[in-house]
Amino acid sequence: MKRKFYFTFVVTLALCLALLVGCADKPSKPTGTAPIKLGGIGPLTGGAAVYGIAVANGAKIAVDEINALGGIQFELNFQDDEHDAEKSVNAYNVLKDWGMQILVGTVTTDPCIAVAAESFKDRIFTLTPSASSPEVVKGKDNTFQMCFSDPYQGIVSAQYIQEKKLGSKIAIIYNNSDAYSTGIYEKFISEAETRNLEVVSTTTFTNDTANDFSVQLQEAQNAGADLIFLPIYYEPSSLILAQAKATNYEPKFFGVDGMDGILEMENFDTTLAEGVMLLTPFAADAQDERTASFVKKYKELHHDVPNQFAADGYDVVYAIYEALKDKDVTAETPASELCTQLIEIFTNDKFVFSGLTGNNMVWSKNGEVAKPPKGMFIENGVYVGMD
Amino acid sequence: MDFLSYLISGISLGSIYAIIALGYTMVYGIARMLNFAHGDVIMVGAYMSFMATTRFGWHPLLSVLFAMVVCTVLGIVIEQLAYKPLRAAPSLAVLITAIGVSYFLQNAALLLWSANPKSFSSVVPFDSLRLFNGRLIISGTTIVSIFVCVIIILALNTIVNKTKIGKAMRAVSEDKDAAQLMGVSVNRTISITFAIGSALAAVAGVLLCSAYPILMPTTGAMPGIKAFTAAVFGGIGSIPGAFLGGILLGIIEIFGKAYISTQLSDAIVFAVLIIILIVKPTGLLGKKVLVKV
Repeated sequence: MKRKFYFTFVVTLALCLALLVGCADKPSKPTGTAPIKLGGIGPLTGGAAVYGIAVANGAKIAVDEINALGGIQFELNFQDDEHDAEKSVNAYNVLKDWGMQILVGTVTTDPCIAVAAESFKDRIFTLTPSASSPEVVKGKDNTFQMCFSDPYQGIVSAQYIQEKKLGSKIAIIYNNSDAYSTGIYEKFISEAETRNLEVVSTTTFTNDTANDFSVQLQEAQNAGADLIFLPIYYEPSSLILAQAKATNYEPKFFGVDGMDGILEMENFDTTLAEGVMLLTPFAADAQDERTASFVKKYKELHHDVPNQFAADGYDVVYAIYEALKDKDVTAETPASELCTQLIEIFTNDKFVFSGLTGNNMVWSKNGEVAKPPKGMFIENGVYVGMD
Repeated sequence: MDFLSYLISGISLGSIYAIIALGYTMVYGIARMLNFAHGDVIMVGAYMSFMATTRFGWHPLLSVLFAMVVCTVLGIVIEQLAYKPLRAAPSLAVLITAIGVSYFLQNAALLLWSANPKSFSSVVPFDSLRLFNGRLIISGTTIVSIFVCVIIILALNTIVNKTKIGKAMRAVSEDKDAAQLMGVSVNRTISITFAIGSALAAVAGVLLCSAYPILMPTTGAMPGIKAFTAAVFGGIGSIPGAFLGGILLGIIEIFGKAYISTQLSDAIVFAVLIIILIVKPTGLLGKKVLVKV
């Protein structure tokens, strides 16, 4: 016990010193403190790898930046789950054996539901960058989200469309084999009803039929839709845009955060996306200093433009850092103790976090984040704020 | 008019299935194995064409040739490394190996080209055909796909029926051991079959991505399975059957979406498949076809 106190004391002293040195505007070297072990889980291979890789890269950048500051040190161990719930739990057990203290993840929704049940039992604080279903946080006091929850996006989209009078007759095309898409759709449709938005056509597709959209577009056109709501990812969206153009059908398109990334698709004809509107927490071409420096670093390291998942991963690590930086925690602090502390901090009204994916974020008791969505539209191949 | 335009969409989707199914059926007909990696060779072909046009700035037609050459080599290498050692093994072992090769190709593509999807520019230089004041649109890719399908069918027929290697193929298909005894080099014949099948895969990949311009490491997987279904539908091993099966599958899928439910389109497709197989277990053209390769 004594030893532990002594150790904590030394660490605290080292932290204070690091801060002082920081004030003196001299970069300090890590003071040799053992790093806090962050475990990460997400798909690094397989069909959803684009999300996992982005989160892992974004989180790594944040960890390196934080470690360079001196102060609290992090060590990130990111495991692959191939977007598979069973493999995700295996990855979780691997991390637990490694001595994980805090979990960054998991990246995708279905694995996250499985893993969060385990981390709830084991009392390991879990902050998912991007698993957006409400199921992820439901009934688990230790699990928090960095991204919008799906229902929230559906509601906000309907509000936005009605308040800005973007369309009078709305068609919806969604992916009914996908919890993300279905979740947004359900809330959108109920919110649209209470707001008297006229939905004239609702059609679906599945992951297996995501290449031909001629029928869905024809139905929307026959119903006279002037706005098509696309609560789906950008890959099928890019095909919908191309196919609508090929048939000279020109409604407005309104997407959600899954639409983000469409402009970064290699060789994509950005004129197809001209005028597309979307609600997203992060835009890589935003002009603020933090985003610009993150994007620059990401491009240098990975030769790719970061998407919102990369930004989510970055924010998760920074949110944990902000929460812990003044606290008395070390690599020796048991995960359960960290969990209790972090839950207290995240649910405290005074804890307000600003990152790449939004300013002044606060978390509710049930683990959902509240942050203002950014309305954007695409003009000449770049995002422009709508407000 | 809606009916016609749905029909055109169906044919357009079906022609892509048909072109993939031709490769499946060709390899099955001769080597008697289901090459589940076919869908992923398609993906490699599409990536090759994509790289050739975007990175090296080659002419689209040249890029198709390039993709065919690379895929032919790839097909032969896969056959030599993965399938040849299993020639005497039970067909189940070969099937599992094929699935392994399929995953290997997908993950290799993930490493090489990353998971980020790429937008493929059509290699088809023709504009869409517009009829009835532009109310009916037939895309250039559809016309080219059907045209290419017909050429491939004619070419395969000629190769199988008129050439010496074709004779060897028919012999291997009927009885490997007997063919060997009669002096036919079974290994060489199967390698050549794979070479042709993989070259067809490259063409299919380019046309698939020209019609639906998105390219990912998993791009070939689902169309591969659908095309396999189409090949079974038409009678696996039968070349005209693959064409017919592909086109019908595309039309059923689109009509199912349009007139019954967008939610059930795949269920409808596979229900039709089950019914056909109950009524005619060998597929539509499975038995009475003359060109059984």
